[in-house]
Amino acid sequence: MPAPEPDPATPVFRPVAERGLLVDFAASFSDAAHQAVLRLDRALGDHPFPGLAETIPALVNLLVVFDPLVTDHVKVRAHLQRLLARTEAPPAPGRLHRIDVCYDGDDLAPDLTQVARQTGLSTEAVIERHLSATYEVRLYGFAPGYAYLGGVPPDLRLDRKPAPVRGVPAGSVMIAGPQCLVTTLTMPSGWWVIGRSPAQILTGDPGRPFLFDVGDRLRFHRVPRSALPGLGGGAAR
Amino acid sequence: MTRALLHIDFAGPHVSLQDGGRPGHMRFGVPASGPMDRLAFAAANLSLGNPADQAGIEVSASGLSLTCREGTVTLAIAGGGFIVQTGGQRLGSWIVLTLAEGDRLTLRPGPWGSWAYLAFAARIDAPPWLGSLSTHAASGMGGGAIVSGQNLVLSGAETRPGRHGPIPCPVMARPRHRLRCVPGPQDRFFAADVMQDLAKTVFQVSEAYDRMGTRLKGAALPPLNALGIPSEPILRGSVQVSGDGVPTVLMADHQTTGGYPKIATVLGCDLDAFAQCRPRDRVGFVPVTPDEALRIARAEHRRAQAYLAALASAGPGKPKAAAG
Repeated sequence: MPAPEPDPATPVFRPVAERGLLVDFAASFSDAAHQAVLRLDRALGDHPFPGLAETIPALVNLLVVFDPLVTDHVKVRAHLQRLLARTEAPPAPGRLHRIDVCYDGDDLAPDLTQVARQTGLSTEAVIERHLSATYEVRLYGFAPGYAYLGGVPPDLRLDRKPAPVRGVPAGSVMIAGPQCLVTTLTMPSGWWVIGRSPAQILTGDPGRPFLFDVGDRLRFHRVPRSALPGLGGGAAR
Repeated sequence: MTRALLHIDFAGPHVSLQDGGRPGHMRFGVPASGPMDRLAFAAANLSLGNPADQAGIEVSASGLSLTCREGTVTLAIAGGGFIVQTGGQRLGSWIVLTLAEGDRLTLRPGPWGSWAYLAFAARIDAPPWLGSLSTHAASGMGGGAIVSGQNLVLSGAETRPGRHGPIPCPVMARPRHRLRCVPGPQDRFFAADVMQDLAKTVFQVSEAYDRMGTRLKGAALPPLNALGIPSEPILRGSVQVSGDGVPTVLMADHQTTGGYPKIATVLGCDLDAFAQCRPRDRVGFVPVTPDEALRIARAEHRRAQAYLAALASAGPGKPKAAAG
């Protein structure tokens, strides 16, 4: 079965049951493919079709979910192709956020020493490199508010731990491979915890319940322990 | 009297508050949640004269026992074939009845089914999250789990004796063992003979099931070099295959993205009755084309709506307090 390889100029449309189309822009991650996902997502936000339920942007594809009582795969595909055919300027980069993080203490940054050892850097150099990058929200997944951030500098990229650790607290700033994450819930994780953030990604604000949208960028800003009032990061409940 | 107080004498694991769910937040990692069996849940509410999505209790196969400590309230029970008892008397498992102060109600697993629903002629006092009381099990966000010893406060409690009596349980609410699905969207990671095995294999529901998903046992469906696939979006009904070839049907509290290949996606209309299967039940997949999937979904929707509309209009008693 020769299947065409998708690329950002000629995406592949894959039906998902009776109620979705997955628009695939690449077989593996590239900035161009992710930009194409964001462009189509925004175009759909500006030009929705009757029966559009929701869209889920991911690394190289966009899932378009629709109401099968109102429309069908063929009509949705035609609408998406019309949007893709428009030559529009690339979307403006997403909002830039400043996210506070405290790197001090074995309770808040339990894996910092181990990350330093494995990368051959000093702990201060690990912190400096982590602070030097601009990160981009690539997709959400795993749990509510878990925003996967691309952009970890190459010399901080480590495989995840061999086994997950239980009870990683909400607000943990952790890295694995090219990705970074600020957790919103206390969950098990095999990622390397290098700090703690007071940022409320689940904001508790009904008007804007999540701090980031996919495509937003952020930079980390170092703060002392005193800047962590509730040692939070999770739900304001 | 408009307030009622229910004391939870016993609640097993996976008993929680649910309403119509919170669709529209998957891009932020939040699945819609809501009832595992949406048809039975709607049936319970509509039999009472409630909106179909009013918050109620989802009871797992571990059962529930509660006592009305204050007030009087009419409630409806639907979903599965549970053993329902009150005042030492065994009732039908799909039924509308009224609990008065001192009455105890018990639901235990019966001849069939995994999930039952309690809907109330009352509002449940609990904090919504993103506009919904549905509980997302892994995080506890939403109305929350129901636990032994807890008190549940009901506001605006009414008695609706005109609604009393059995609720008809249609064939479509019985456990479904043939799951109609559209292959993909990551079927390209499976060899042609494995795709044929998907349609031919008789799987068994395993003990590993919860609100996130149901793992199946049977022939392995090994993926081809799929370890490197970038995380992709997931829907309720996605059939995700782990590296060792074990399929899991993702359900109400599914993760919204993930890197395991999805060999097929089960139609939404088959998931409610699939949720009522029990461990060791046999299930099989029936691949259909996207066009067939649309026709099936629309026909099943019409059938379900006809059943639910009849329930909504059946009771001679409209909500009594609503008039005054």
